[in-house]
Amino acid sequence: MFEITRVENFSPSTFLWEINAPEIAWAARPGQFVIVHCDETSERIPLTIADFDAVKGTITIVIQAAGKGTMQMMEYKAGDRISAVAGPLGEPSEIENFGTVVLVGGGLGVAPVYPILRALKLKGCHTISIIGFRSKSLVFWESRFRDYSDESIIVTDDGSYGEKALVTRPLKDLLMERQINRVIAIGPLVMMRACAEVTRPFGVRTIVSVNPIMVDGTGMCGSCRVSLGDEVKFACIDGPDMDGHLVNFDELLIRQKRFVKYEKQSLALHEKKKCPK
Amino acid sequence: MSKIARQHSAHLPPDTRRTNFMEVVCGYTEAEALTESGRCLQCKEPLCSVGCPVRINIKGFINFVSKKDYKGAYKTITEANLFPSICGRVCPQERQCEAGCILGKKQQPVAIGLLERFVGDMAQQHNWQETRPIDLIGPTSKRAAIIGSGPAGLACAYDLAKAGVTVVVFEALHLPGGVLTYGIPQFRLPKERVFREIENLTRLGVTIETNRVIGKIHTIEDLMGRLSFDVVFIGTGAGYPRNLGIKGDSLNGVMSANEFLTRVNLMRGFDFPRYATPVGIGKNVAVIGCGNTAIDSARTSLRLGPDNVYIVYRRTLEESPARKEEIRHAIEEGVQFICLTTAKEIIPDNEGWVKAMNCVQKDETGSSEILLNVDTVIYALGTMANPIIARTTPELTTDKANYVETNGESLMTSMPGVFAGGDITRSGGTFTTVIHAMSTGRRAAKGMLEYLESN
Ligand SMILES: Cc1cc2nc3c(=O)[nH]c(=O)nc-3n(C[C@H](O)[C@H](O)[C@H](O)COP(=O)(O)OP(=O)(O)OC[C@H]3O[C@@H](n4cnc5c(N)ncnc54)[C@H](O)[C@@H]3O)c2cc1C
Ligand SMILES: Cc1cc2nc3c(=O)[nH]c(=O)nc-3n(C[C@H](O)[C@H](O)[C@H](O)COP(=O)(O)OP(=O)(O)OC[C@H]3O[C@@H](n4cnc5c(N)ncnc54)[C@H](O)[C@@H]3O)c2cc1C
Ligand code: SF4
Ligand code: SF4
Ligand code: FES
Repeated sequence: MFEITRVENFSPSTFLWEINAPEIAWAARPGQFVIVHCDETSERIPLTIADFDAVKGTITIVIQAAGKGTMQMMEYKAGDRISAVAGPLGEPSEIENFGTVVLVGGGLGVAPVYPILRALKLKGCHTISIIGFRSKSLVFWESRFRDYSDESIIVTDDGSYGEKALVTRPLKDLLMERQINRVIAIGPLVMMRACAEVTRPFGVRTIVSVNPIMVDGTGMCGSCRVSLGDEVKFACIDGPDMDGHLVNFDELLIRQKRFVKYEKQSLALHEKKKCPK
Repeated sequence: MSKIARQHSAHLPPDTRRTNFMEVVCGYTEAEALTESGRCLQCKEPLCSVGCPVRINIKGFINFVSKKDYKGAYKTITEANLFPSICGRVCPQERQCEAGCILGKKQQPVAIGLLERFVGDMAQQHNWQETRPIDLIGPTSKRAAIIGSGPAGLACAYDLAKAGVTVVVFEALHLPGGVLTYGIPQFRLPKERVFREIENLTRLGVTIETNRVIGKIHTIEDLMGRLSFDVVFIGTGAGYPRNLGIKGDSLNGVMSANEFLTRVNLMRGFDFPRYATPVGIGKNVAVIGCGNTAIDSARTSLRLGPDNVYIVYRRTLEESPARKEEIRHAIEEGVQFICLTTAKEIIPDNEGWVKAMNCVQKDETGSSEILLNVDTVIYALGTMANPIIARTTPELTTDKANYVETNGESLMTSMPGVFAGGDITRSGGTFTTVIHAMSTGRRAAKGMLEYLESN
């Protein structure tokens, strides 16, 4: 059993869990994820490690309630226990002094970018962060990002905070203005695809973190397959970081819909249970 | 020669069983077991045991059964095989022990598997446990780490624990058992049976730590260093699914047998939505391949209620490596076999879902194209070594395909104190069976004990 030591709500549908998991906290590296299995009947849900503290023995995950599983997770309070957390899984992000690096976080993707940003900054990179949200009420971790960014830019879709723009606009401006050595973009698939398209003409290496549907997270099922150029990779053991210029995003977008029918059924059932009429 | 015919165990009727996950073969009643044990000729030089990879004293245990000394039978079996409830159900007996039985020359061989299962189930029912210690190696301060809780790891853990070694099993998934748990379906091997056999291990003091992916949370170097284990056993199996590499591979509706079986068995997706993991098969299912995994996938699919389940196989049914009994069960249940047929291309609808599969069928007259109207394709093409251990253990010698290389009888790898067995090694040929995995697990345990003694 794993204890949830802290819960923090960012918005009605996004929240943070800090979990007591000393061994995972010790082994975790930026870019890796865990699989959370709340109880016997739940799905195994992959979630990026958004922070880890080996001294305290905790890991942090930031979750967006997307369907039944993640909505159920919203019902847990600090002190509650969940049955399993497996990890760290996946390959750690490449952390080196690359020079000038732009880190782009879109919506909830801001959370998984954070440990990468911190590690790159500590390695000596010049870090520029661009974080984007739909609107002001959804903004989180702005100051954490400031702490490790040499320059930071914040945008919102509706202009309620920072500049009114999508993350791709400041990204493109930066690429036009100066030499960028690497871009790391994490967020919704469409956003990552857009970032990769912006950087492609500039030939700047662009890393995205893919999130296909997973089951085991250990390379055993192939559910998480991703076409990368003309190769097939398993995101759970070969990724989740991948070369954004090679990822077949169209295929990934379609594969995300594999279980839509069932997800709707689950959600309806969950809502009926929550407010029985 | 025995005048009595081989006793058949009751089976659930095909019409009943294709609607549920209940065990198909009911197993012997006591009367049936007694009659069957009476058929054994108690040969002077029994060939049955020669066919058994772990050399169970078959004649001995059957003799105990015939005298109603079931505990004696259990003790005899467990000298060589610790999990009779499992092996009695899943061993390919017709190719192993029963293939050697002298009665088989003229009539049907003794039903060794069914008798073994009877004894194993009896032991579970009465809570018997095999605790006879193997020669103690002396002080019990030695510690062993076992990676993977499949049959190889479990068998290895058992012997080490009995010898007084402190054993910790690390399992990547949230439940132990390896393929026994996530792969082989409930109707062939009920999970309660597997977990009961594993309980015996924990009663011996073995700790099973689930959710631990070795290579990720701890490397083998960590195990031998920071975590101060004296020896390590790698029993990680070969679970990496193979792909066909044809057009349409990645369409929605195509999945590996491992994914399908894991969703159903491990995640209990057959009970969706009570269990949250969906399985996602459609109305017409094609399984490609014809080994144990393919038959299991087809029979499992059938139980989820589609209209048609096909097995598409490039050879003839006679050439299938699957157990004959399972093929028969599949046919009885309504699986349709399309043999001498190769899948060529999977055809999508407008939204990226499987709409049909194009195949080429060969017969005496030549080859012809057939179009199968399926919405689900399950690949059961075999599996390969998982690369996690190889990638995270540079000191370990593996072959090109990430299988771990071992030396001689002891099954030690290129790293001193690190041993390997089961499907992750290719020692002693390429049979990938439960009993073979167990026998290599036990062989490695012996090697590990010798290593501990001399180091
Ligand atoms: C490596 C990785 C890291 C991730 N990190 C985060 C994170 O830090 N924070 C976060 O909020 N989300 C993250 N996700 C996505 C998260 O796993 C899904 O949102 C979650 O599984 C949805 O489950 P559900 O039951 O709530 O919704 P469902 O109703 O089951 O599904 C909603 C949508 O989520 C996706 N999804 C469903 N099941 C899975 C699954 N098993 N694996 C992946 N995606 C799935 C599908 O696109 C689906 O349409 C990550 C996914 C991966 C693969
Ligand atoms: C569907 C199917 C049906 C079968 N039917 C039969 C049958 O009827 N009869 C028969 O004799 N054989 C059968 N087999 C074959 C048999 O199951 C295998 O040969 C046997 O299970 C191999 O045992 P193993 O211990 O080597 O590995 P596995 O059973 O594969 O177990 C390996 C375990 O290690 C874990 N693991 C992997 N990597 C790590 C890691 N890095 N860290 C921690 N844990 C890890 C895995 O999660 C798994 O639990 C079947 C196989 C399948 C797939
Ligand atoms: S372990 Fe398998 S091969 Fe050996 S006697 Fe039992 S059923 Fe036969
Ligand atoms: S070969 Fe057959 S008849 Fe002879 S001892 Fe073995 S099981 Fe009995
Ligand atoms: S999630 Fe199963 S192989 Fe990646």
